[in-house]
Amino acid sequence: MLLFILRRLILIVPILIGLTLLLFVVARLLPGDPVGLAAGPNASAETIAQLRQEFGFDQPLPIQYWTYLTGLLQGDWGTSVFTRRPVFEDILTFLPATLELVFAALLIAIVVGIPLGLLTAVYRNGVLDYVTRTLALGGIAMPRFFLGLLLQLAFAAWLGWLPLSGRYPFIEIPPETVTGFYTIDSLIAGDFYAFRVALAHLALPAFAMALSPLATIMRMMRASTIEVLQQDYVMTERALGLSNRLILFKYVLKNAMTSTLTVIGLYVSWLLGGTVLVETVFDWPGLGLYATQAILTQDFMPVIGVTLVIAIIYLITMLVVDVLYGVFNPKVRYE
Amino acid sequence: MTVQHPITIPTRSQSARMENWSRAFYRFRQSWLSVIGLAIVLVLIVLAILAPYIVPYPEHVEGATNTAARFLPPSAEAWFGTNELGQDIFSLVLVGSQVSLFSGLAVVFIAIVVGTTVGAIAGYFGGWIDEVLMRLTDLLLTIPSLILAMTVAAALGTGVFNMIVAISITWWPAYARLVRGEVIGKKEEQFVVAARALGAGWLRILCRHILPNIVSPIVVKASLDMGFAILTVASLGFVGIGVKPPTPEWGTLLSGARSYMPDYWWTAVAPGMAIFLAVFAFNLLGDGLRDILDPKARR
Repeated sequence: MLLFILRRLILIVPILIGLTLLLFVVARLLPGDPVGLAAGPNASAETIAQLRQEFGFDQPLPIQYWTYLTGLLQGDWGTSVFTRRPVFEDILTFLPATLELVFAALLIAIVVGIPLGLLTAVYRNGVLDYVTRTLALGGIAMPRFFLGLLLQLAFAAWLGWLPLSGRYPFIEIPPETVTGFYTIDSLIAGDFYAFRVALAHLALPAFAMALSPLATIMRMMRASTIEVLQQDYVMTERALGLSNRLILFKYVLKNAMTSTLTVIGLYVSWLLGGTVLVETVFDWPGLGLYATQAILTQDFMPVIGVTLVIAIIYLITMLVVDVLYGVFNPKVRYE
Repeated sequence: MTVQHPITIPTRSQSARMENWSRAFYRFRQSWLSVIGLAIVLVLIVLAILAPYIVPYPEHVEGATNTAARFLPPSAEAWFGTNELGQDIFSLVLVGSQVSLFSGLAVVFIAIVVGTTVGAIAGYFGGWIDEVLMRLTDLLLTIPSLILAMTVAAALGTGVFNMIVAISITWWPAYARLVRGEVIGKKEEQFVVAARALGAGWLRILCRHILPNIVSPIVVKASLDMGFAILTVASLGFVGIGVKPPTPEWGTLLSGARSYMPDYWWTAVAPGMAIFLAVFAFNLLGDGLRDILDPKARR
């Protein structure tokens, strides 16, 4: 098991090297002139040439790539041409906000989706089943950004229950940074007021992101539970007189979880790659807004950095999912 | 259910293939959700095609403004209200459906063509060709597609065509993976071996013998993807990379409306609902097609 994890972690390295190469080539192949954009419309030819030299764009591509790759290993992820800030530091600043949002959304999706899937499978074709299935069909089709706008309209503008946007009020000081997650940091500091404020800001964007994965997880869980319930061993357990609850939670749940796990794993990358949409709606200061800013100015170093971070998280999630398969299904062998 | 016992075997009026199709159509009609999906899709496509002829205020689509009628709530004259420039939102959404729907179609079409070519070659030849093509595909699949599409679209510049190219680049790898797997499954089958023994070339074997047999998983994936493609087009418009005004596009319209929320909520609701409805309808249709074309999904 430990060997399996170690081997998989080592396998991530060549993937990341390939990814940087691919991104680097794509970034250079694309038309567009980041230096010219950063220097402004009135910059003279000398200024632009000087900037190009400063950022090493005058070097041949293989040398640029080598410089980038060796820098990457030393924690130097390049510098933004536009803001002139180091990419790695920027990412460390914005990543916690995005991760907090993604984890909150995933938590909502799992905590609501899995029990709902189980329930609707057990009470198949009941009222609850029809209502949730119809809602799920709509939930999958609902664009995150439109849902976000509607939630803002209902809960912030009309009802006034929750803040409209942002991560924390501008005039107040957020809790001291430990994890970078405001909800957790405020709890560590024992500041329950800050926790409530952070949670209130988190609620709407997290739900806007959670609806589609929630609906998919529910449908997946329902389908696999129905399949498992029809297995012979479930009938045997029934015949042996085991209680419904015992059968459901001890035997069915575990077996139905495996296919749902795959979906959950895939949604991590979907959520991370799509935070930009929800972050735009809620002015959430995360990686998505950072990436959009960089993309609009064709500033490729931050874009490559953000993509790398998301890819790393995605690959690690896939590893965690593979390990969890074994937890739910002891038949899985790690080779 | 009444069971008939024909004494004589009835003459077959249809070929076996036609019979398959009519059976598939029968199964499709059984699921009323798919029929609703198909109906909405057809209505949307007809509306998009007819849009230039039935649009109530064609001048607003061209970029004309009417500042006297800014931010009017929905009424009989302007069904979905007017926006910050006094333009009729119904007209904009109606004509916007052209860009949104047909870009979605184009993206899926390009993804199928490129993905099928790459996947078929990789699967058929195997060896190092397979290795190289599939490693490239896997790498592209690890990159978050929205960010890649945004990056390419921003670099290529705005415009419908560039946006379609940008999204297609992120979409073909999934088809390449699917087709490769199917081709590997089919290429050792008897009929392919027989064709090869008869001296058929690889192109003929792929195009005449293998590809026609793997059409249905591709169609199923494509129909499930259509809604998602429309959503991606709208997403690019929403983050401000994609089609730029005055060309009306649902995502761009929604993005423009964001500044005028919550007071003028109708500016956002109409384009948002349009995106939702299109994605919803294509998803229903896709689910229905999967149920009839993919025997494994049938229950």
